[in-house]
Amino acid sequence: MNSNPSAAPITFSPYRVGAMVRRYWYLLVSSWPRLLDLVYWPAVQMLMWGFLQMYVSKNAGFAAGAAGTFIGAVLLWDILFRGQLGFSISFLEEMWARNLGNLMMSPLRSTEFVAALMIMSLIRLAIGMIPVTFMAMAFFGFNLWGLGLALAAFFVNLILTSWAIGIFVAGLLLRNGMGAESMAWTIMFLFLPLTCVYYPVSVLPDWLQYVAWSLPPTYVFEGMRALLIDQVFRSDLMIEAFAFNVALFAAAAYAFIRLLESARVNGSLMQTGE
Amino acid sequence: MDTTTPAAIAVDNLVKRYKAATAVDGITFHIAPGSVTGLLGGNGAGKTTTIATIMGLVTPTSGTVRVLGATMPAERYRVLHRMNFESPYVDMPMRLTVRQNLTVFAQLYGVADMKARIAALASELDLTEFVDRPTGKLSAGQKTRVSLAKSLLNRPDVLLLDEPTASLDPDTADWVRGHLERYRAETGATILLASHNMNEVERLCDRVIIMKRGRVEDDDTPQNLLSRYGRENLEEVFLDVARGRGEKRETVG
Repeated sequence: MNSNPSAAPITFSPYRVGAMVRRYWYLLVSSWPRLLDLVYWPAVQMLMWGFLQMYVSKNAGFAAGAAGTFIGAVLLWDILFRGQLGFSISFLEEMWARNLGNLMMSPLRSTEFVAALMIMSLIRLAIGMIPVTFMAMAFFGFNLWGLGLALAAFFVNLILTSWAIGIFVAGLLLRNGMGAESMAWTIMFLFLPLTCVYYPVSVLPDWLQYVAWSLPPTYVFEGMRALLIDQVFRSDLMIEAFAFNVALFAAAAYAFIRLLESARVNGSLMQTGE
Repeated sequence: MDTTTPAAIAVDNLVKRYKAATAVDGITFHIAPGSVTGLLGGNGAGKTTTIATIMGLVTPTSGTVRVLGATMPAERYRVLHRMNFESPYVDMPMRLTVRQNLTVFAQLYGVADMKARIAALASELDLTEFVDRPTGKLSAGQKTRVSLAKSLLNRPDVLLLDEPTASLDPDTADWVRGHLERYRAETGATILLASHNMNEVERLCDRVIIMKRGRVEDDDTPQNLLSRYGRENLEEVFLDVARGRGEKRETVG
């Protein structure tokens, strides 16, 4: 009989989280297309918006152009979007590999799985975004790192939102199988117009502004514009964003638990195909 | 079974319904520690749902499933580290090498001295030659042996096997069966085996549970089944039960 003390059940095991991070790391380094994909699209986006900003600032004398709001916005948007994709793609890798059954039957807890997906989201984001921030510096003289502590506040709030959405999507995938895969790729685009990535909230109709202000990233993008255009760091916006993020994260975690329970009732964990 | 010994797996009045469809319809069986039990049945008999419930992947509609004393799925984390399984319906990640896959799962199961354990299993299951090759590059038979190695990593007390020799050539299948026999003899593990290979069931199992339409149709030792159905082998017994043409010589006790 098994008497291995290291295998004794405990509530949360960083060791098992490490096992899952190891699994995704092995996958990443074994596949150059996966690595290239992390950098390719953020670089293309940054270049496109950077040149557009140059054109706008030259032809319309748009004051914000010089302040780098477009490049700043696209880089912060990529933190939000790529953070969620990094989480969701790692989860999808298990479904594509038909490995989810092995994991669900192992001692790996849901919280450990989610923690590993969060860590992988950060690793994938770092691989993709750090080179692109240096490209932004080289091409357009925009130094994202120069935002200092403000960047840290923006990053924390954006990554929390991306993880909350990633957790919710993982629940949908567990419950509905690969039929919900498209949600992993598209759900964040709902945030693109509503969180006012490229324009101020005041542009929206009054009724839609209420919706925008209920989404944490809106505070970050407004805060970024305040910093770049008015040179003011709005800590009040960051605190409000954090409060909304706590609520969003709690709601996503609750939805995940319910969807996982529902998957056990419906037998979805046995069949993770369409 | 000895009623004084707590069952390794205890299924009591298990019912599982998916909307209007009843997959498992009130089955009861207790499996003694250290035994090898075959779970037989045609497609749609309820074997997969039963095994999934034992593994904690499915919540019963009613009834209870206990494994090593833990109620599934509510208390699964008490015992999952003492269980493992192998099935052709799940894969190991294809891009990872055999060694990488086994290392990840050894870490998930908290295996002490992972390198030595993986080396020992690779040697026992004849994986050494391709242990550093991507799992996706292996033949079907080699992949099955890798899955079997994964299922034995943590030296499980309860091992659930779903078609463990499917896609293996007769020689390799025979060799795998021999390995399972040795594993049970050395560790005293409880094995529940779902298989359509009746020779395999006759060779490995102390007891056979035959399911049909979500119910336990028969439950006895292979020898008693052969005797009661008046047949030469379990395949004929299986066909009798599946086609409803067999007459049992006496009532199942």
